[in-house]
Amino acid sequence: MTKSLIYSLSFHAVMILLTVLSLPFMIREPVDLPPIVSMQLIQISDKTNIPYAPKARKVIEKVKKEEEKRFVSEQAPPAAKAKEKPDRIPLPKKQDKKKELVKKKQNPKEVKPEIRQASEFEKKDIIDTNQIAALIDKAKEDSAKVKKSDNKLTQSNAKNSFAKGLTLSEEDALRAQIFGCWTVPLGLPYEDDLLVRIKLELKQDGTIRKSEILDHERMNRPGQKFYKVLAESALRAVRICQPLRVPQTGYDKWKIIQLNFNPMEMLKG
Amino acid sequence: MKKILYLSLIIFFKLNIAHGLIEVDITRGNLDPLPIAVSPLYVDTQSENYEGINIKELGELVSSVIEKNFLSTGLFNPLNKDAFVQKPDVAHLKPRFEDWRLITAQALVTGKLLIKDGKLKVEFRLWDLAASQEMVALAFTTTPSNWRRVAHIISDKIYERLTGETGYFDTRIIYVSETGLKTQRVKRLAIMDQDGANTKYLTLGNELVLTPRFNPTNQLVTYMSYFRNLPRVYLLDIETGIQEVVGNFPGMTFAPRFSPDGKKIIMSFAKEGNSDIYTMDLETRLVEKITEDSSIDTSPSFSPDGKYICFNSDRSGLQQIYTMKSDGTNVKRISFGNGIYGTPVWSPRGDLIAFTKMRAGKFYIGVMRTDGTGERLLTENYYQEAPSWSPNGRLLVFYRETKSGKDGLGFTAKLWSIDITGYNERELKTETDASDPSWSSLLSK
Repeated sequence: MTKSLIYSLSFHAVMILLTVLSLPFMIREPVDLPPIVSMQLIQISDKTNIPYAPKARKVIEKVKKEEEKRFVSEQAPPAAKAKEKPDRIPLPKKQDKKKELVKKKQNPKEVKPEIRQASEFEKKDIIDTNQIAALIDKAKEDSAKVKKSDNKLTQSNAKNSFAKGLTLSEEDALRAQIFGCWTVPLGLPYEDDLLVRIKLELKQDGTIRKSEILDHERMNRPGQKFYKVLAESALRAVRICQPLRVPQTGYDKWKIIQLNFNPMEMLKG
Repeated sequence: MKKILYLSLIIFFKLNIAHGLIEVDITRGNLDPLPIAVSPLYVDTQSENYEGINIKELGELVSSVIEKNFLSTGLFNPLNKDAFVQKPDVAHLKPRFEDWRLITAQALVTGKLLIKDGKLKVEFRLWDLAASQEMVALAFTTTPSNWRRVAHIISDKIYERLTGETGYFDTRIIYVSETGLKTQRVKRLAIMDQDGANTKYLTLGNELVLTPRFNPTNQLVTYMSYFRNLPRVYLLDIETGIQEVVGNFPGMTFAPRFSPDGKKIIMSFAKEGNSDIYTMDLETRLVEKITEDSSIDTSPSFSPDGKYICFNSDRSGLQQIYTMKSDGTNVKRISFGNGIYGTPVWSPRGDLIAFTKMRAGKFYIGVMRTDGTGERLLTENYYQEAPSWSPNGRLLVFYRETKSGKDGLGFTAKLWSIDITGYNERELKTETDASDPSWSSLLSK
């Protein structure tokens, strides 16, 4: 009885030891979890609608063309290159053929397009062109700054993007358009709390059917001259800007829109 | 039961989405000056000739004065008349808003004038081109020789309508005109419109004159002059040219200013070697001592409500700015920055105090709040001082000197103005060199 008990115990001890040694989670130290980063989902359309400033667009196109050229000259085999007309920029289809040629020559079987790493060319293609434009064009820089500040999503912004029907890029496009049209009255006092809210009823093409200053009665109160001036300038901006840059779909969602004009941040510098 | 619950939930969300209002915050715009078209004023064909005035050109002249006024503010961009799309008479009746918008104008000024029976009648309209509506329309009648003032008054009305602030175009500036080498300067009192036109010399230049200041009604000027090397305070009636000696003040250290009600003047002078601040009642000629300190107290200026006074004092060591009640109590130091502060002047709005600051061999014109916070230096130069406020508290006029050579050549003194934002610094053209400017209040209140 004692012997069998000893055998049993020693057998169990061996089994436990083997288990501990063979199962990796038993010896590994617990994983150090990184601190939790809160995330918020932002609905962004596939392609931003904000047009680049003409100057920025030219520079971006130039950069892209240069990159394309560099790709052709580096990767294309000499024979294929010889067939090319030197003055012509290769068309996209031809470019694809050249790509295949390159693959055949280098190592066609090993390169799997699904899992391969992004090439330097592709990496450059991923560059945020908004940033380039912002560096080149002052106006773009301004909108880029606004985008930055928009990263700190307030509740109202979040509400706008999701529940209200405009994507962030659509909202940015509209905002950028009005920035350009709004000539801010420079004589406004810095320390007054001036906020003008304008409610617009839009037509499907973005033109204004009806506009209304929400605190209209404040305009005619004594001592509210600056408010009146600001409200008029805001209304002027909206009228000059029309047709507003609105999405082509979802008319019911943006048919009525409210614009809140607040120049204080800008006037204070 | 479950179906009903699901249905009600769906309806709730649908309704919520349907009634949700999109709000977009617009916190930036462009800071370009407002594009404004100032159409030449249409001259009525019934107008009669008037001596000394070319009636045909008068409409053009009035509009060019308005344009210059707008341009000088830095807030407006008057558009080139070559691009104008409508004749003045037609535009004044009813502008074709779309056409004016095409030249990027946002506001339009039109007008009409008529001289009849020795009177000039001018009417103008301001149009909001985006809203396609009239913003303001007024008419004035005056003597034809007064046409420049009418142009300034129109500018003021438009400025007020578009910015919310009162204008400052129908005003004058009094200053000390300077001629000759630096060592032999001839100084005379001179007065001009704020745009540099209509300069008149009020004294002959026999005596040294300093620091002229307007009274609140712009009728009187007080200034300091040296008679037989003794400083005297004078009162000068601009219209009649009659001068009056207010008093002899042997130890005068700084020129007088009027109180906001115009009944008193405030000044500083030294008695028994100690400079203090005094007021003098202009009716009774009674002099009252306001400060009682062993330090040097100078350059006093009343707040617009007359309840407070700001002044200089070196009671803390270096010359700094102080405020006190008008009876001399509750003295508070308000400037604490590095350097020496001088010539404090209370803004007509009552919110700011302008000053000259000297630091590291440079002179600055700056502003601070009346409690001393928010100090902002607007402009820096080799030598500049004596800021004076425009009547709306938006601009400062001051004078700036350049270095002279050993022989006194190359020295200049010019008037400059600057916006309280620090932008739009520009020279005010004067016929001669100029110093010690003082801006009047609005002539047409």
